[in-house]
Amino acid sequence: MILMEDVHKTYPNGVTALNGINVDIKQGEFVYIVGHSGAGKSTFIKLIYREEKPTKGNIVINDIELSKMKERKVPYLRREIGVVFQDFKLLPRLTVYENVAYALEVIEETPKGIRTRVMEVLEEVGLKNKARFLPAELSGGEQQRVSIARAIVNRPRIVIADEPTGNLDPETSWGIMKTFEEINDKGTTIIMATHSKEIVNTIKNRVIAIEDGVIVRDEQRGEYGYEV
Amino acid sequence: MKFRTFTRHLREGTKNIFRNGWMTIASIGAVTTTLILVGVFLAIVLNLNEFAKNIESDVEIKVLVDLTTEEDDVIALGDQLRQIEGVENVYFSSNDEELESLTNSLGEEGRAWELFEQDNPLNHAYVVKAETPQETERIAEEIMEFDHIYNVTFGQDIVDKLFEFNNYARIIGLVLIAALVLTAVFLISNTIKITIIARSTEISIQKLVGATNGFIRWPFFVEGLLLGVLGSIIPIAVVLFGYHYIAENLASQINISFVEILEFNPFAWYLSLGILLIGAAIGVWGSVMSVRKFLKV
Repeated sequence: MILMEDVHKTYPNGVTALNGINVDIKQGEFVYIVGHSGAGKSTFIKLIYREEKPTKGNIVINDIELSKMKERKVPYLRREIGVVFQDFKLLPRLTVYENVAYALEVIEETPKGIRTRVMEVLEEVGLKNKARFLPAELSGGEQQRVSIARAIVNRPRIVIADEPTGNLDPETSWGIMKTFEEINDKGTTIIMATHSKEIVNTIKNRVIAIEDGVIVRDEQRGEYGYEV
Repeated sequence: MKFRTFTRHLREGTKNIFRNGWMTIASIGAVTTTLILVGVFLAIVLNLNEFAKNIESDVEIKVLVDLTTEEDDVIALGDQLRQIEGVENVYFSSNDEELESLTNSLGEEGRAWELFEQDNPLNHAYVVKAETPQETERIAEEIMEFDHIYNVTFGQDIVDKLFEFNNYARIIGLVLIAALVLTAVFLISNTIKITIIARSTEISIQKLVGATNGFIRWPFFVEGLLLGVLGSIIPIAVVLFGYHYIAENLASQINISFVEILEFNPFAWYLSLGILLIGAAIGVWGSVMSVRKFLKV
């Protein structure tokens, strides 16, 4: 599913973010990526949806070796991967509905297909009645749900979340986590970078800890393991 | 590409034109200014070209036949001239015709020459026209070797100077046009770059959800094309009205028979089409240039 072999990443400015990562994540897993700021979590995540390319090593996603992937094939890889960010990255001028529909428009889905699927997903994340709202009219938690809806609307096999609860209060965060769990229950792989000790220690899942660009711990049903 | 997607790109591109307000106006202004200048230069250069071509093709060799030549020999000389390689046609002008055209060309003063009608002092002449103006000189030299030749003249100096002038005018015109076009391309690419920076979140989201580069590029392509086409409206109007005015009024005032500007129809229409195409090309070029950088992942 996701396989990394001896992956190194050094940025052009000389900063080494990853220094020999080996990991194997199976379809349907829920994985937390933990570690201090600057440990290499974001780089790890960016390598998966090929925002960044490794300086050395092999990455295989859905049986495709990324290093051998042609540049023009990258968009098709990304259609298999939904991404959720801490800052939501919604388009402020578009309504909730349009923000989600956007992901389908881009892959040239039919208008009818878009309508059905968007409403379906909005129901899934509990925002069906806010379809016509603008992002600014929603709470932070609701905005994050919109971005989750957008990430899953084209039924990706992998959802990546980079600190999805980072900007949200604890109560809202639990709601968001519940949504992720539901998505995971349907067989979607979830990879989530997080700083939330409570979440990791309460909703038990595989934990991969990254320090100084290497994996220092990889446990099924692990703990957060850091003092906050 | 699906038709639906195509109309979406058109819609998005058009929306951007309005969304970018002042920047749109600035770049349309840049294209407009450029194209007006390009249009004027093109009109001048093309007219000069035509003018030179006319004069070039008017260059004739005048062969004056020796006064003492017998009539048979004059006719034989005509045949001889026709057989020279590169000669397009040969026209015989008898001394009477020569006198008449001389009298006419001098107007009132020419009447003095009418006295000579009984005793014409002029030579018979052949007017020889070369197939290409460049051959004129060679043919003239060849003719000079013939018998019964009094004199051979042709406007070689004028032709050479004109060629030279015309070449310079052409080069200067083209260089200026190229410089103007590049400036406009630069301005448009900057405008679009700014709109892209303003829309960088949108583009990064598009990429994230798996939009192909082509899909992202199209609306900008449409935007550039529209900027170019909108920018060509005023220049086309200027060219059409301006040229019409010149063709109607000025040309008749100049009133020199050999200076003839190209006819309004079809020249001004072709020129307008040219301006439109250059405008569109500038717009597309500018947009493609600016988007390219942003799509490198």
